[in-house]
Amino acid sequence: MKTTHFAAALAVGMTAAAPALAELHFPSLSYRTGPFAPGGIPFADGYSDYLTLINERDGGIGGVRIRQSECETAYNTERGVECYQGLRGEDPLVLQPLSTGITYQLIPRTMQDQIPMHTMGYGRTSAVNGEVFNWTFNYPANYWDGASVIINYLLEENDGSLDDKKIALLYHNSAFGREPIPTLTRLSEREGFELLTIGVDSPGQQQSSQWLQIRRERPDYVIMWGWGVMNSTAIQEAANIRFPMENFIGVWWSGSEQDVIPVGAGAHGYKALAMHGTGRDYPVYDDLQTYVVDRGLAAGTGGELGTVNYSRGMYAAMLAVEAAKVAQEIHGVGQITPAMMRDGMANLVITEELMESLGLPGFGPAFEVDCTNHGGTGAAMIQQWDANAREWNLITDWILPDRELIMEMVMEDSLAYAAENDITPTCLDRSGG
Amino acid sequence: MPIEVFFAIEVAINGLMAGVMYALVALGFVLIFKASGIFNFAQGVMALFAALTLVGLQTGQIPFAHLINAIFGTRMHHFGWDLPTIVAIIGTMAVMVLLAFLVERLVLKHLVNQEPIILFMATIGLAYLLEGLGDVMWGAEVKQLDVGLPQGASVWIGDTTYALFGYDFFIDKLALWAAGIAAVLVIGLTLFSQYTRQGRALRAVADDHQAALSVGISLRAIWVLTWSIAGFVALVAGIMWGASSGVQFSLSLIALKALPVLILGGFTSIPGAIVGGLIIGVGEKLFDFFFQPIVGGATENWFAYMLALVFLLFRPQGLFGEKIIERV
Repeated sequence: MKTTHFAAALAVGMTAAAPALAELHFPSLSYRTGPFAPGGIPFADGYSDYLTLINERDGGIGGVRIRQSECETAYNTERGVECYQGLRGEDPLVLQPLSTGITYQLIPRTMQDQIPMHTMGYGRTSAVNGEVFNWTFNYPANYWDGASVIINYLLEENDGSLDDKKIALLYHNSAFGREPIPTLTRLSEREGFELLTIGVDSPGQQQSSQWLQIRRERPDYVIMWGWGVMNSTAIQEAANIRFPMENFIGVWWSGSEQDVIPVGAGAHGYKALAMHGTGRDYPVYDDLQTYVVDRGLAAGTGGELGTVNYSRGMYAAMLAVEAAKVAQEIHGVGQITPAMMRDGMANLVITEELMESLGLPGFGPAFEVDCTNHGGTGAAMIQQWDANAREWNLITDWILPDRELIMEMVMEDSLAYAAENDITPTCLDRSGG
Repeated sequence: MPIEVFFAIEVAINGLMAGVMYALVALGFVLIFKASGIFNFAQGVMALFAALTLVGLQTGQIPFAHLINAIFGTRMHHFGWDLPTIVAIIGTMAVMVLLAFLVERLVLKHLVNQEPIILFMATIGLAYLLEGLGDVMWGAEVKQLDVGLPQGASVWIGDTTYALFGYDFFIDKLALWAAGIAAVLVIGLTLFSQYTRQGRALRAVADDHQAALSVGISLRAIWVLTWSIAGFVALVAGIMWGASSGVQFSLSLIALKALPVLILGGFTSIPGAIVGGLIIGVGEKLFDFFFQPIVGGATENWFAYMLALVFLLFRPQGLFGEKIIERV
């Protein structure tokens, strides 16, 4: 694996030394080392493999080949900012920081440098307001959507009422983990459930006191906002105290194979949000196998195809490629700039027909992006782990969040940010337009 | 008795169990520091490396498979057989002894008589090297470790305490096993150091390198022995931590849990590591229990260090550490 990366780095270096050719630069701020690497590696591999597929199968986007580069952040905010400083002069079309902490640091910098950023399912939720956050996009769903989707699912499960229910939020004690608290607090006031918030220090290998508290408080449901080892530890602790797994629901960052496999049979029945489909039953995987894995071009081993985090990386790359196509169409050129890419992202339309034509029928929701909504519909599904078959099964269709409430909160937060940073909310004109 | 009191007792007992897990890591640090005066920054990574090797051997994984496949274009990942746990543990121990030998040959031998800070820096380098080696050898994906240790609530304790007090205490069976294993480990280490020739040599080196050398004790052999024992302790810690949350690279961060234990218990005392671990475990859990409603929880990481700092002010050498007296 390391050798492949070395070869890739060499190739990138050689490309950089060659005469300037038309190319579309898609960097990846990945983390293949450190405590969170098990989640970062498959995401980075999925992202890279899809871009390789576009080069190998389609000859690039609109005839212009893709250049990939990777910068290791180790899920560390300072290193993420260093990566950005190194990349900003290389015309990166879109940045995917894969960390809420890094995202918060890069929002003002990317605004200033006019480089679009896509934070899919993470980052600053109020970036949905494209009039304030012109350069940040967080479609198809964000944390507040996720929290609301879980509550809507629980409402469905409880005949429309959560009165007198107790719900515990077990969260990673970080900017990421604290994101759903405002939404859940508002929803608890509206829906009448009691909210109990329990923090876990990073990385979260020791949670006995938190789970003793859960055992004592006896909540009806536990919602988890975790990442990395915190997830498997929490699921193990839940199994230890015999908490009913079907009442334990994680965010999409707490719902991968790595979170449940270490727990074995104890994880059976655990649920998590899914912002996209999983498994290999999508035609695009045949193409990935043929054009990427079988040709020895896969970023990883090729064995991760269809796993949750790989699928998410692939989905992020797919959305980036589709936005680049829109940008090329808008501007009538193949070689687009970061500013043009932003236009493509701001006018992206994903339909069910498009998803089917890409070999991903039903994989992600249909949505449209516009200046006032950079966040899509916020829809997500619920998946449940089958420990016997060692696979995730989708148990619901797309569930919509309470967008009225979310947008109200988005406006409050984003306008406060605009006031603090002297930003006049406005829709950006198209680049060169 | 009010239920809150029972709950506080339950938290304290579980804190003791967590403390045993911290002590398991701290023990490895103490062993190496005692014998060579080196603060081994790589101890946490050694636990990770040992656990990775154990799972790899157990599941018949081919070491360096990714590298081999990338160079030769093959697609080999597994030998196709599983090893019995005991054989895999013995195999892992052999790898840890080999590692100890290599550390002595390639690192320590060349740094004899250097300042302690140089040796410390060398162990930082070793930590990153081992982490990378573990990744290349066994891959970075999360692995399930099953050595047959039971997990989950002890039903017997729950039923008994319910019958006696009307409150069913929760104690994880894995934590009970960890406590038992730690006790056996400490007794074993004590017997080894008191009643064996190698153990006495080890203590002699710990007391005075020069005097030990003058009576014919091989410093290099003792270092290999010490690092091998620390490797064994790392394997035990890796098994216990890996069994509870899977074997993944965050396992190396358990070293951070051992630091306040060492500050509290002293860097040179095996009983200090145990008592320090127990104090930190109970302290952080009870603090979280009492102050969680006020400070909002997630206090465990900083509280352990705060407690250690308070101890530092009053007993810089730790509870059981040797007082450093320098004459001028």
